[in-house]
Amino acid sequence: MIAFLVSAIRLGMTLLFGSTGETITEKSGHLNLGIPGVMCVGAACGCYAEAVYFSAVGIKGTNGILAVIIPVIATLIGGALMGLLFSFLTVTLRANQNVTGLTLTTFGIGVSEYIIEKADTVGSFARGRKFFTASLLDLLPFSDELGGFGKLFLDFGIMVYLSIAIALICAFVLSKTRIGLNLRAVGENPATADAAGINVSLYRYLATCIGCAIAGLGGLTFIMDYLEGTWEYMIDDLGWLALALVIFTVWKPNLAVIGSVAFGALYVANSYLGLDIANQELFKMLPYVVTIIVLIFTSIRSRKKNQPPENLGLNYFREER
Amino acid sequence: MGKVSKKLKSPPFHIAKRGETTWYYGIIVRAVAILSALIISGIFITVVTGKNPLIVYTTMFDGVFGHIDRVWDMLHKTAILLGISLAVTPAFKMRFWNIGAEGQVLIGGLATVMVMLFLGDKMPLPLLILVMTCASVIAGIIWAFVPAFFKAMWNTNETLFTLMMNYVAIQLVAWFLKFFVKSGSGVLTPMHEYGLPVLFGNEQLLNIIIVVVVTVALYIYLKYSKQGYEISVVGESENTAKYIGINVKKVIIRTLIISGAICGLMGLLLVGGSTHTINTEVVGGRGFTAIMVSWLAKFHPIYMILTAFLIVFLEMGASQLNMVIGISSSISDIMTGIILFFIIGCEFFLRYKIVRTKRSKEEVK
Repeated sequence: MIAFLVSAIRLGMTLLFGSTGETITEKSGHLNLGIPGVMCVGAACGCYAEAVYFSAVGIKGTNGILAVIIPVIATLIGGALMGLLFSFLTVTLRANQNVTGLTLTTFGIGVSEYIIEKADTVGSFARGRKFFTASLLDLLPFSDELGGFGKLFLDFGIMVYLSIAIALICAFVLSKTRIGLNLRAVGENPATADAAGINVSLYRYLATCIGCAIAGLGGLTFIMDYLEGTWEYMIDDLGWLALALVIFTVWKPNLAVIGSVAFGALYVANSYLGLDIANQELFKMLPYVVTIIVLIFTSIRSRKKNQPPENLGLNYFREER
Repeated sequence: MGKVSKKLKSPPFHIAKRGETTWYYGIIVRAVAILSALIISGIFITVVTGKNPLIVYTTMFDGVFGHIDRVWDMLHKTAILLGISLAVTPAFKMRFWNIGAEGQVLIGGLATVMVMLFLGDKMPLPLLILVMTCASVIAGIIWAFVPAFFKAMWNTNETLFTLMMNYVAIQLVAWFLKFFVKSGSGVLTPMHEYGLPVLFGNEQLLNIIIVVVVTVALYIYLKYSKQGYEISVVGESENTAKYIGINVKKVIIRTLIISGAICGLMGLLLVGGSTHTINTEVVGGRGFTAIMVSWLAKFHPIYMILTAFLIVFLEMGASQLNMVIGISSSISDIMTGIILFFIIGCEFFLRYKIVRTKRSKEEVK
């Protein structure tokens, strides 16, 4: 049971990064369907940086903290660059967001494969896993006395705590600060926001870039923490699941902390429940079905608080209002 | 007054809407965009592989036109992609972002395969084909109707809804393969004996002909029928549509039924006319690519032939590159991305122009 929950949480945090990033982006009115591609690129950049770092310092010289920080920074940069590409096309050139996003996904998957092929020629990034999965529990002197509680809450790598921290910070910024208010205004009604003196383009650029940087970390978490250093071409599937999670948690990063664990549980449950192979596939359908149901219910109840941002997916052009 | 206007100095350039443009302007802008995309990706390929970009492009050309089989293959791939693009077009024209074509085609294919598997030996072939057609079209319609219904009744976000429906369809197919394939391998052996008829010994011909018919029919439907006109009005402005007495809910549902029916039909062509079996990858992302094909052609069925060909050319050319020169397939994805980004970006220059701001006299003081 504990093994199941731990596995659910580790996968869930991948989704949490993705959905937090996408929530910020969507709050600014950008529907970025490129998130799966962004997560791939983020992960690949992180892995590449890790491989370069290891080959530069050799086996003995590795510093645990640097081995985590360098790939994280590379991932943030990679994700943000993808966000920049998306916002340049949609904000400056006013291209259609759906089309741009889908192209970004194709492009991102290609770029990530290319980077990973390069990383393999530089060296192995898999050794980095021990720094990412190093558990908090081992650092505490009284760890043995905590039993199941410790296993469930403290036995994770750094990325898991980072994702929760980022989600909570984002939730706070969105709902309690002036910046968050402005951002929501931009997503709800950019014309009004513009009239109030908010720089719509700047907010959209920043929200998308920061959102993509955070989403990129999701990819890195998946490779380094959940898969423990092996590369697999399934990050994009998780990217779509992260998009579903945004809806499931009605655009609230703090709810997403719990929602992501639930999604993670649904995703890994089939290997713990002893289902036969066919029913496992049906079980994997659940996250999507649940998301559809949430989508329907929020639209039927039509409460202002739980709606998608009013201008989601629409570009803003001042002369057009 | 002087002080304020100094602070509010306007930037030297601003962006304005471009009105009607001449037809050759559109062609020039797009040609420049594609050319610069080819140059950029050429430079990119040379840098990462050290190969001459000209060799790369001639290899790609050879991969598409080098052999009569390849030409037929290209025509067939273009036809299928075109068909799916046609399917999403009516929905897009009324700004209903149906990104669920992947699932709608797949579920049509699944319905076809199920008819082939369970009824194949129970009825004569002509009747079987009729049942297959009905089943696939109905399955496609159901997959499109559900999001359309909720959109019409409660304004449920259709982009996200249709996206989720894709994965429900994919998992259904995965479940079907695990549940009904007796060997447990999850691979269904192709059932060639129950496929669509083969014309003149050419397997691809029937599919191509059907898509051509659909293209012409849809062009006429969108351009000349009353319903096609209603779709345009709803797409331009929902309020205008309501004002002139168009039942928007009805139009949304009716259009999505057409959209889903064509998707289901494509599932039939893909499975019944080509693969004769199914797996979760049978549509292979074409449901998403179709969105770009349709959008790049400005939702015009005839132009879509060109854009669908462009995408297929890139895809087939890239696989030839992979086989002959050994350039990894990731490069082709990147190239497709670059070219599409350029085409997407060039739309800006068709719709807007950059104008030098005329300074007013107060500002000059």
